[in-house]
Amino acid sequence: MFSLAFMQNAYLAGTFIAIICGTIGVFVIARNLSFLTHTLSEIGFAGAAFGIFMGWTALTGMLIFTVVSSVIVGQMSVKQSRREASISAISALFIGLGILFLSLSNQTSSYATSILFGSVIGIAHADVIRVAVLSGIVLLVMLGLYRPLKFDSFDAIGAKVSGLWTTGISVVFLVLVAMSVSVAAQIVGSLLIFILLTLPAAAARYFVHTVSKMIGLSIAFALVGVWLGLYLSYVTNLPVSFFIASIECLFYLAALGFQRLRVGS
Amino acid sequence: MTEPLIAVQHLGISFPNNQVFKDLNFKIEQGDFLTVIGENGVGKTTLIRALLGLVKPSAGAINFYPNRKAIKIGYVPQFRNLDQEYPLTVEDFVGLNIRGWLPWLTKAEHRQVQTAMAVTNVKKIKQRQLGMASGGEKQRAYLAQAIVQQPQLLILDESTASLDNEMKYELLDLVQNLNQTSNITVFFVTHDLPLAKQYAKHYLALRPGQQSFGEMADMTVAQLKEVTNV
Repeated sequence: MFSLAFMQNAYLAGTFIAIICGTIGVFVIARNLSFLTHTLSEIGFAGAAFGIFMGWTALTGMLIFTVVSSVIVGQMSVKQSRREASISAISALFIGLGILFLSLSNQTSSYATSILFGSVIGIAHADVIRVAVLSGIVLLVMLGLYRPLKFDSFDAIGAKVSGLWTTGISVVFLVLVAMSVSVAAQIVGSLLIFILLTLPAAAARYFVHTVSKMIGLSIAFALVGVWLGLYLSYVTNLPVSFFIASIECLFYLAALGFQRLRVGS
Repeated sequence: MTEPLIAVQHLGISFPNNQVFKDLNFKIEQGDFLTVIGENGVGKTTLIRALLGLVKPSAGAINFYPNRKAIKIGYVPQFRNLDQEYPLTVEDFVGLNIRGWLPWLTKAEHRQVQTAMAVTNVKKIKQRQLGMASGGEKQRAYLAQAIVQQPQLLILDESTASLDNEMKYELLDLVQNLNQTSNITVFFVTHDLPLAKQYAKHYLALRPGQQSFGEMADMTVAQLKEVTNV
């Protein structure tokens, strides 16, 4: 299997994606941003269609759309109570735009599905390099921001009163999420992206209870899902997204079961 | 006379359609234990926000000695919605308030966390998931987080409100101990007058449009009730 160049590329890109999604996901869950992540993946689809329409790469279009919209959503939904509704509104608009650009650019529907659901065969060596560079940037920024981001994510009230610039942290974090979404969409597709950004981290928090261990375990769950998913997809010729989604769901269900055993509720 | 840490002079705070304070005056001395008492809605939390610099005064001034930058403030807020599933251990939670740019804690910072947990009596439960801790244990963990940076001023906003009687006194004993042994100045907001009477050195009683400030030793609980009643 590894003698095939496209499988090597898929495994390499998948590994980078699992690492950044596993890491960022811990903060996505702590900040209750799962729904936003889901929306960003739809926005990513629209961005990819826009990129194709303009004659750029899909990744460029996705980056522009997700970064801009995540900042807008962040500004619009300062109030928790308004967050879901404003995210829904933005999401509806962008799905519409995605369909529009796809139709304007005369691409076939199979192209749309490859944006939405990902395609292992579609990953070229140049894509792997792009994914690696973007992952590196995201990880470096995370590392530099680690303590304030951790404080703001796991104790927003404490962070605010201690004088941290929480609005700034929030915006930078949303941009990081947007970049991760664009990167991860290359392999799992934009529609299923929120799986890697949410489920491994959501499962990890039931097993371990420090931020660093959560990040470690979340990366491990994401890596197992991606590696095993790619392998199963290769041997069965079924979509990789299906396998990754199923594996991550299993991890999450196992975590809930573990929690039930532990606290008996 | 001890040195003042903070002097509040002619402070006025107004929001559109609501004047919270007009001409508020008091000072906090170094090593003081000041309690701020008053009914709900009288502006106790607003006063804290002003001290923290989160609300701008519309008149007067809050002066810090020697200056604001030199004074580290630890704050235990009134509401923190950490539910049962809150994942972090007590130790990790306390360490959140350690500033810096390294992703990991240095040895010295690690010792700071251990010290804060020791003086607040949570060291034994440091591996416990904070969401699973009792109300009193949570408050002690919040206190530990607030003092981990070794602040000169510790602000407690109704920290005892959700605790039963025994736990209240346990928490305030810890705070008093910090006040006496580490010389941390305490600014304690409460509407529990007997508790205020037992622990505080000075009181600031707030009523709409009025204030009284003085030595706690001169007051009985009944008199405190009188000066806070609307």
